[in-house]
Amino acid sequence: MATVAADRMFGKSIKRREDPRFITGRGQYVDDLKLPGMTYAAFVRSPHAHARIRKIDTAAAKRHPGVVAVFTGKDMTGVNSLPCGWDLRKEKKIPGVMQDLAIVPHMPLTSDAARHVGDPVAVVIADSHEAAVDGAEKVQVDWEPLPSVTITEKAAQSGAPQIHDGAPGNVAFKWEIGDRAATDAAFKSAAVTVKKRIVNQRLVANAMEPRACVARYEDATGDLTLWVTSQNPHVHRLLMCAFVLGIPEHKVRVIAPDVGGGFGSKIFLYNEEVVCSWASRQLKRPVRWTSSRSEAYLTDAHGRDHVTDAEIALSKDGKMLGLRVKTTANLGAYLSTFAPAVPTFLYGTLLNGVYTIGAIHCEVTGIFSNTTAVDAYRGAGRPEACYAIERIVEAGARGLGMDVAELRKKNFIPKFSGAYQTHVAVSYDSGDYGAAFDRVLQMLDYRKFRADQEAARKQGRLLGIGFSTYIEACSIAPSKLVGALGAGAGLYESGKVRVHPTGMVTVFTGSHSHGQGHETTFAQIVADKLGIPIEQVDIVHGDTGSVAFGMGTYGSRSASVGGTAILMSLNKVIEKGKKIAAHLLEASPGDIEFGGGQFSVKGAPGKAVPFGAVSLTAYVPHNYPEGLEPGLEETSFYDPSNFCFPFGAHACVVEVERETGNVRILRYLAVDDVGNVINPMIVDGMVHGGIAQGVGQALCEGAVYDGQSGQLVTGSMMDYALPKADMLPMYETDRTVTPTPVNSMGIKGAGETGTIASPPAVMNAVVDALAPLGVDHIEAMPLSAERVWKIIQGAKGAR
Amino acid sequence: MKLPVKMTINGQSYSHEVEPRLLLVHYIRETVGLTGTHVGCDTSQCGACTVLINGQAVKCCTLFAVQADGANIMTIEGLAKDGELHPIQQGFWEKHGLQCGFCTPGMILSAYQMLERYPKPSEALIRHQLEGNLCRCTGYHNIVKAIEWAAEHMPAKK
Repeated sequence: MATVAADRMFGKSIKRREDPRFITGRGQYVDDLKLPGMTYAAFVRSPHAHARIRKIDTAAAKRHPGVVAVFTGKDMTGVNSLPCGWDLRKEKKIPGVMQDLAIVPHMPLTSDAARHVGDPVAVVIADSHEAAVDGAEKVQVDWEPLPSVTITEKAAQSGAPQIHDGAPGNVAFKWEIGDRAATDAAFKSAAVTVKKRIVNQRLVANAMEPRACVARYEDATGDLTLWVTSQNPHVHRLLMCAFVLGIPEHKVRVIAPDVGGGFGSKIFLYNEEVVCSWASRQLKRPVRWTSSRSEAYLTDAHGRDHVTDAEIALSKDGKMLGLRVKTTANLGAYLSTFAPAVPTFLYGTLLNGVYTIGAIHCEVTGIFSNTTAVDAYRGAGRPEACYAIERIVEAGARGLGMDVAELRKKNFIPKFSGAYQTHVAVSYDSGDYGAAFDRVLQMLDYRKFRADQEAARKQGRLLGIGFSTYIEACSIAPSKLVGALGAGAGLYESGKVRVHPTGMVTVFTGSHSHGQGHETTFAQIVADKLGIPIEQVDIVHGDTGSVAFGMGTYGSRSASVGGTAILMSLNKVIEKGKKIAAHLLEASPGDIEFGGGQFSVKGAPGKAVPFGAVSLTAYVPHNYPEGLEPGLEETSFYDPSNFCFPFGAHACVVEVERETGNVRILRYLAVDDVGNVINPMIVDGMVHGGIAQGVGQALCEGAVYDGQSGQLVTGSMMDYALPKADMLPMYETDRTVTPTPVNSMGIKGAGETGTIASPPAVMNAVVDALAPLGVDHIEAMPLSAERVWKIIQGAKGAR
Repeated sequence: MKLPVKMTINGQSYSHEVEPRLLLVHYIRETVGLTGTHVGCDTSQCGACTVLINGQAVKCCTLFAVQADGANIMTIEGLAKDGELHPIQQGFWEKHGLQCGFCTPGMILSAYQMLERYPKPSEALIRHQLEGNLCRCTGYHNIVKAIEWAAEHMPAKK
């Protein structure tokens, strides 16, 4: 790893500045907020997966003591559908083919039919939480249950229950990318082809803080303030004002205070925050709603849920000639905010992986089902792509009889910087994929491991190793490019630097921290650039009332896009400072240089003024350059010219207990290349957390619907298994550093790498462990002990 | 019907009339106003609401407020003394044992009881003892490191 000069803040593992409030219990989360006159909302939700609403009787609920109001969808006149911010119909220019996207209505409170368990149909608002919940129990809904479909493979089959009038056959869209004819030709010429079904199961994000909102409408001024668990408060405000409620954007302030994790699930505009905002305007009282964990399982956007047939074509000597992928993506009952983008532009465009592949073709069918809406979950499309590639690559190696490491090494894209054009539209920024893989082999001592494995196998032990290499598209995203792909918004970021007269600095960023540590890392950028103590820097985020605009935090974009916007403003501050310093030092601005917190005259180091003297002069401009505006405050919007493409190589060593099927992770190694790193401690922490989430997907997590009733049977933390401390090892992490040429700090993005790389590494390891029993593929995750035990019992070699 | 409850929280005594169905965690958060204790689930899995009741680490969503009548409770707000962080708090800060901070109060108070019982825990023991606390951000690696750091820095017992 690169070492950092002692006088630099950029690159140092300093302790987090936000921690003191969290470790003393003084964080301020949405549910901690209590306002005078506050009311509490409870939602009445569908107990059925699919049912027509004949009638809703709210009379008894309205009479319940403490109940202030009860509203159904019919009361919300003039309120529009929740928008889908990504419209594939606009997509024309990139090499993908699109049939029409079925945009279906998604009303905040549904009034015609419920389309998944948990679909909200009414809200009860009361003086206390208890009265609201009691009142909700008294709302009588006359349901006409309808047949439902929840299973991904079945939703688009003929005869499946029809969910939306506007989506015949429950097909939301069909999309394809790549070259079908070239791929067909590659498969014809191949020595070996291997085809496998690969299922990427449905997950629930499970941020530890459940979603919550408090809406306060002030009748006297017409101002609405919404505190909400959001990763992107400006996006919430824009979507709510412009599309759903039709209320003036400048009269709405959205605040996302301390937010307890997001992982994608807090990007989207949800029914509840719209209903509470609307209700607060009706009642002229604050309205608070906090999700119970059970409600979170039913209503937070789910992730993944792909069923894929993947096929690889290899030459005799192990060159990758072709990759063919057919995926059915379950979008749930409605289109969530980014839903169509995830299994298309964030998935198909990453199928080139880190390999030189002769030809690629990918077809995706997006389908509706009677399940919770699916949208971006940590990684969003990229984990699904990595999973398909890395599973089929290892299956291909087994088909060819070649070592899995050797096959990869034969096919890595050689080191480059600037551009590598893939077969699937995107162009990579810089990479040295073989180096990361070599490093992980070295950390592992791969040859020794294979020898140890051989010895262990002779004793009957089931020891396995699995690799995964990955690429991901971060630093989301060039506005022009995503606009051409169907995005309804630009994906730049804003950063304002306000230098106070005394030289203290407040930064206003459109990025939002919900665990990422921006109050530390962004301050490091500032302290590093201005050469001032970090104590003089404060970071403000998560408030549309103080931040100019912002697209928020997801897609590992904060440091690379949000951080670059801040850096641009810092550069403007320094440029203006040079003019002021030149005046004070009686020199030409062109002769002023800035470093170590001092403006000085080139070649005359004695002639210098400190940063604080310049900032004071900017606000007390008695002796000041002619024609220069007073003040020292700059705002920048940064729109990246390309995605950044972090990459890496992970390895997992497992031992499977033959008698029980229990999988134990013995070692987990990760070599990530995220470009330059502001705070290695924080990046390592994000890698750790990502690995745990991916291991969770491989070994224990999964949202399961009952195929008959359509009930979510994993609807609580008792039923949905989250990874715990005792099933995880200490992670062995390292980095290679290949700075991106896309932004001036060379930062690629680090928030999702672990989640992307780890599921295939774990799954490949278990397949390798079971290989002596004749197992050459496992279709489904998670690998519960029961599932592995059954695989062992069914394996040829076990009999 | 409301019932009287009286308890000591962080050295201060509180008495209120509460509904019998009011959970202790909601009493602490909503009635008393100490919001450092968090609610992350509704099935007593996550451990974010862990407090010390008469010295025992307890998920306070598993009790009604009336069941804690007369109890001596410490929440996360009561752990630092005279503005000085407890070694466990310091350990979580030093070792980056938190990201979003939501599970942290419960993690710290679980660790408090763990270190009372096992002053020098092994990594495996720490992981086992954290069975009742979920974290979605850290992958537990740095939480284990934080507790190891705290174990090394705890003042010797008198």
